Amino acid sequence: MHLPATSVEDIDLAIRVSGLEKSYGAVRAVRGLDLEVSRGEIFAILGPNGAGKTTTIEILEGYRTRDRGEVSVLGVDPGTHRRDLKARIGIVPQSASSDPFLTVEETLQMYAGYYRTPRSVDELLRLVGLEEKRSSRVQRLSGGQQRRLDVAIALVGDPELLFLDEPTTGFDPSARHEAWSVVRSLAQLGKTVILTTHYMDEAQHLADRVAVVAAGRVVALGTPDTLGARDVSMADIRFRHDITAVPSSFEPASDDSGYVHVRATDVTRTLYELTRWALEHDVELEGLQVLRPTLEDVYLRLVADAEGATT
Amino acid sequence: MTLTLAFGQLRYVNKAFWRNPPAAFFTFAFPLMFLVIFTSLLGHGTVDLGTRSINVSTYYVASMGAFSLISACFTNLALSISFQRDTDILKRLDATPLTRAAYFTSRVVHALFISILLVAITAAFGAAFYHASIPGGVTLLRFVIVLLVGGASFSALGVAATIAVPNANAGPAVINALILPLLFLSGIFIPLGNHAPAWIMWVARIFPVRHFALGMQSAFVGTSFHWSDVLVVALWGLGALLVAARYFRFEPRR
Repeated sequence: MHLPATSVEDIDLAIRVSGLEKSYGAVRAVRGLDLEVSRGEIFAILGPNGAGKTTTIEILEGYRTRDRGEVSVLGVDPGTHRRDLKARIGIVPQSASSDPFLTVEETLQMYAGYYRTPRSVDELLRLVGLEEKRSSRVQRLSGGQQRRLDVAIALVGDPELLFLDEPTTGFDPSARHEAWSVVRSLAQLGKTVILTTHYMDEAQHLADRVAVVAAGRVVALGTPDTLGARDVSMADIRFRHDITAVPSSFEPASDDSGYVHVRATDVTRTLYELTRWALEHDVELEGLQVLRPTLEDVYLRLVADAEGATT
Repeated sequence: MTLTLAFGQLRYVNKAFWRNPPAAFFTFAFPLMFLVIFTSLLGHGTVDLGTRSINVSTYYVASMGAFSLISACFTNLALSISFQRDTDILKRLDATPLTRAAYFTSRVVHALFISILLVAITAAFGAAFYHASIPGGVTLLRFVIVLLVGGASFSALGVAATIAVPNANAGPAVINALILPLLFLSGIFIPLGNHAPAWIMWVARIFPVRHFALGMQSAFVGTSFHWSDVLVVALWGLGALLVAARYFRFEPRR
């Protein structure tokens, strides 16, 4: 995605952060963080615990003050215009609960009453798939159902921007896939979604762009497929064969499971040379695969580099 | 705007209150239960209030009226708000356009509503079984003022008390530690009479519980009414309001 040049008036940006800093006593939680998120984007923030993700998100939401830096959310400063912002953003906090004695429908009606132009409760129940639970008390919902109610509560004011802080932590796989489909349907409604997560597959499935935050800074930014030059970095070609038979010009290496590995920067050329050699010598390259570093590999390397640099 | 929000919120505060039967039951049962227990144990004598001597059972109707309001406004509100803060309910409300003023208005108005119900039940019970007089005329008007000032002040004290509650599990211990000794030292459970030790009388004079109870007595028992009692209760309420406005947090302490 191409980002336009920034200016304060830029209406295409949902979020603009530059040089953000925040300390808790001697702990420097955020150390000069820059971020730009376009409207309509699903933007994921990845990072280890203590990287400053939640602090950053809570500054954007208006819960925390900042020490230094510029922050603009939907064109206003959350530090000074929190009240205006409240009606325009929705938040699914990391840990949230609502009154256990009210029903699902009552809870949504109650929250709807706080906004001038709320979404219809029926529509929200359909969107998050809680229609059958509308008359159940919140205390009788399963964990996944409560999380879906959290999302519905965040949407009740029809926000332009939605913050999802680790929305699927503790979900079973099917509940996670349900939650993902809800988030995708939000994007179809034209919402901007900021998502923090520990799960690489979640970022891979949902996000248009990903920022990796470590030690209070953005250390990498890109689409899930290009993050950390994942698409152009060295690939690993592997197949099963007797390694002594492979020409040494390929610099083959073997592993414990009987695969021969060939590292390649120019995959097309190396693959062509490899298969030509194989055809000429009538060799079958059993189980031939080209492997790219996974998002997780890239993430772990970035985080390790960032933490190594600051300690 | 705040008022519209507050009264919208009130419906849900009320629903949630009645759907938590143990809490609702204890709020209502305790004052009546104590009234029956105390009058059964101690209700055969008289108690000296200044120059007058009245039946202990009548005295307890006024005391338990005061106790029920303090339970509903101070204890209940403090525990319920601590719970809501600890379970992140408040933090989420704080992210919506519901103003803090609207939230607190709904909570305090509801606590007042429960208090009035409780005091009415206690008074009816007292009139039926313990010869308490039901206030009327000017006395009723003064009584309503005492109730409203007391309700508002003890609600403010309840909100301020949550600042001392580190987490919801510690809530009952902290809140009871704050209020129970004071209830005893203010003659709510055992009449102080005219011969209580001086230090107890001083404690009773400084804190708002006894002043509030004296206001209730003037309505039920016919002792003299002093605006100074209402003033002391109101000042405590105002102080609590300032402390709460400065130090109350919508987020759990973690």
